Amino acid sequence: MNTRTHYDVAIIGAGMSGLAAGIRLAHFGKKVCIFERHNVVGGLNSFYSSAGRKFDVGLHAMTNYVRPGVKGTPLGKLLRQLRIEREEFALCEQKQSRIAFGPCGEVSMRFTNDFAVFESEVAARFPAQIDGFRRLVKLVRAYDDVSLEAKADSARAVVRQHVTDQLLEDMLFCPVMFYGSATERDMEFGQFVIMFKALFLEGFARPLEGVRLILRILTEKYRDAGGERRMKCGVQRIAEKAGRATALVLDNGQEITADHVLSSIGAPETEWLLHLGRGGGDEEAVPHSHVGRLSFVETITVLNRQPAALGWGSDTIVFFNDSPSFRYERPTMQVDSRSGVICIPNNFDFGPGNMLPEGIFRVTCLADYDLWANLDEENYLADKARWFAAVQRSARRFLPAVDDAALTQATVATDMFTPRTITKYTGHFGGAIYGSPAKHRQGRTALANVFLCGTDQGFLGIVGAMLSGISMANYHILRPGHQP
Amino acid sequence: MTKDECKQAVLAIIADIAPDEDLGHVKPDVRLRDQLQLDSMDFLDIVMELRKRHGIEVPEKDYLQLASLDSCANYLTPKFNELAGKS
Repeated sequence: MNTRTHYDVAIIGAGMSGLAAGIRLAHFGKKVCIFERHNVVGGLNSFYSSAGRKFDVGLHAMTNYVRPGVKGTPLGKLLRQLRIEREEFALCEQKQSRIAFGPCGEVSMRFTNDFAVFESEVAARFPAQIDGFRRLVKLVRAYDDVSLEAKADSARAVVRQHVTDQLLEDMLFCPVMFYGSATERDMEFGQFVIMFKALFLEGFARPLEGVRLILRILTEKYRDAGGERRMKCGVQRIAEKAGRATALVLDNGQEITADHVLSSIGAPETEWLLHLGRGGGDEEAVPHSHVGRLSFVETITVLNRQPAALGWGSDTIVFFNDSPSFRYERPTMQVDSRSGVICIPNNFDFGPGNMLPEGIFRVTCLADYDLWANLDEENYLADKARWFAAVQRSARRFLPAVDDAALTQATVATDMFTPRTITKYTGHFGGAIYGSPAKHRQGRTALANVFLCGTDQGFLGIVGAMLSGISMANYHILRPGHQP
Repeated sequence: MTKDECKQAVLAIIADIAPDEDLGHVKPDVRLRDQLQLDSMDFLDIVMELRKRHGIEVPEKDYLQLASLDSCANYLTPKFNELAGKS
């Protein structure tokens, strides 16, 4: 039991960014404690058990994968900064992924961790666009995406200078947006660059054991460095005086003081803790202007055989859209099943003799938080069942055909998360997995000793989340003034 | 401490910061940055590890003294010895 009441640094949230920041700070001798409301670590990339079965949430694939020997990439920086050896993550590469557009995926482009494959697919499907596409790729490669002072150019506008076919433009934006964009319809070019590199120029991988292994390594490193962690121990409010945080009041009423506070819970969520600290009441509305509008549902189907036995053995991830244009925006219904992301985690190359014990088929689609948040239990369950069927049916159009009876016979369990689940377990307002559209690159807040890391600082993906924690710990606490 | 021992101490730090680098053929008179993939984040980690492991402070104006193994040895060996003398 940790009983100390003062720390050099208090971190709110034991997700990827909070843990990574904690490792850095503890390694360099700071007294650190992470406060986590939930009973497991991971935040938006976590896990749970249900009926004796282990489920991952969040992570489809670790993006930013590069092979050993490739230097100067986010993955390499992350491993060095956290003193993690590459082998510890035991990353296995994807087989192949696809972007499939059209009512039944008529236009399909494959990509793998070898960028030449994607480039040749673009050349084959869009011969008139390939020169422009190559110019765009050159621009992306040269772009300084980790600068904390990036300009906010429209990604759509920049991409259109090089790619003039609407279909190709939408096919490029679909994966990039689904895997990290908190803004509807368009995004900052800097964010586009981060995601384009993470998905296409680098690639997908995961450990056989999934997100649990990554989290176990992070928590072990953190503990070995002397970091403390309090679980089921959320921060209820932040007290302030003269522009500085003076205390964190925990859910159990205890007060903790700290020289610095790193909050990984999101910008509006941190603002809310300050609001409560000033005596603001629960009845007052959350400042809605900065709460992200994009939330998701995900269906999970557990199969009693490897997906390959159903003919689903090639695709790791499929980004799909059935409509003439791709609309990444808050749906007007509970779920927009026209587009989404399929993940079949069995289809990583785990090496000879290694496989996941059961088949998994996951589908993620955009959802409207408000239309899920206020349902009574009976309607909530009924709507979940209805949308589960609709989402799965929509996604199956983009995979080799399997008849309904065969899929039903192979299915041994199903589960589904909704925007309501996300808010319940992560505390993110609006079920907004990618947080607020307003990012805070420098991580500053209204208080001089409170800093943001994670989703709302604006580095994307799980590697981005960890780098965010590292960067903010370095920049604000370990060596103030140095750009990461 | 000799200059050679000092170089070994610096190499031990680099080996932990950048385990993916081959340190078997580092030339002492060539800038580390020119023979290894070390960026500014890595150099600052070298400075922080010197403080953590050996209690040696390197002020920012002296970072350039850490450019090569030879310059590290010239700059750090007296600091190591000064600390050893105190204890």
